Amino acid sequence: MPGMMNRASTIVKAKINKLLNRAEDPGETLDYSYEKQLELLQNVKRGVADVVTSKKRLEMQTSTLEQSVVKLDGQARQALQAGREDLATEALQRKAVAQEQLQGLDQQVKGLEAQQEKLVASEKQLSARIEGFRSQKEVIKAQYSAAEAQVRIGEAATGIGEQMADTGLAIQRAKDKTEQMQARASAVDELVESGALEDFTSGGETDLDRELRQLATSTKVDDELAKMKAEISAADKPKEIEQ
Amino acid sequence: MIVRLMGEGQYRVDDSVLEELHELDDRATAAADADDEDTLDQTLEQMFELVKSKGAPLADDEVLPSDALVPPSDLTLEETKELMTDEGFIPDLPS
Repeated sequence: MPGMMNRASTIVKAKINKLLNRAEDPGETLDYSYEKQLELLQNVKRGVADVVTSKKRLEMQTSTLEQSVVKLDGQARQALQAGREDLATEALQRKAVAQEQLQGLDQQVKGLEAQQEKLVASEKQLSARIEGFRSQKEVIKAQYSAAEAQVRIGEAATGIGEQMADTGLAIQRAKDKTEQMQARASAVDELVESGALEDFTSGGETDLDRELRQLATSTKVDDELAKMKAEISAADKPKEIEQ
Repeated sequence: MIVRLMGEGQYRVDDSVLEELHELDDRATAAADADDEDTLDQTLEQMFELVKSKGAPLADDEVLPSDALVPPSDLTLEETKELMTDEGFIPDLPS
């Protein structure tokens, strides 16, 4: 049956067969194969860690974008109340861009979560199989003659090779997904850096922020001015009466 | 027969289930030939279901090679086709 899984397991098998032919002691071969399996398991664990890291990064971006959406919405309202429709429009446009990005990120995070679950399941399964291989190899070493052991080792090696190939495929798929996510995350970063989607939450002041602040300041000044005028005229009136 | 559901592990399937499995396999092959990805994915899911419901998962300490491999339904049409043989996914019974 030709296929990528089978090709992979054939390669594993060929490598193991080569080993079997060279080794004089089947026990040694089994121990060596077992070490290689543990190495692969380490790779799977690293694969899981990579997926988790990518997911965290996307989640952080998501919360940044969410804050932007809330802030931009508030700013649009503020601008509209002050009669600045031009500023309100700009804020809403940016909000739309942020929302669009947010939607894409949500889907990606979900996809990555599914990938993570699958990979963790693969890791558990491989780990169980390796443990099975370990006990099987002890039995083979203890109970079989050299000739019989060769046959049994061949079977066990093919079985474990297949499991390794299947897990290898799972890692590959998770890696592809992670790379897609990273490209996406970088695209969002670039968008923020280029100013097309300014990061309003980073503390840096944008033109929109400045104009709105000026608007708020002038309103405040006007308010205070009016208040002072009222106070002064109120203070003057009793004097007039006294006079 | 030992069947590996790719990404989910190996199952021991009784010969009595093979006929049903072959029917699904034929449908999958026809769908792949017709480039009908939806039908192919559905059929693969049915094969997964059948093997899981009628088969028994291999114990962790049984390290055996599989007789057949069934790919998951979320591969692309091209990837799935690459895994197929003239006999589909399930090899024909020795007559």
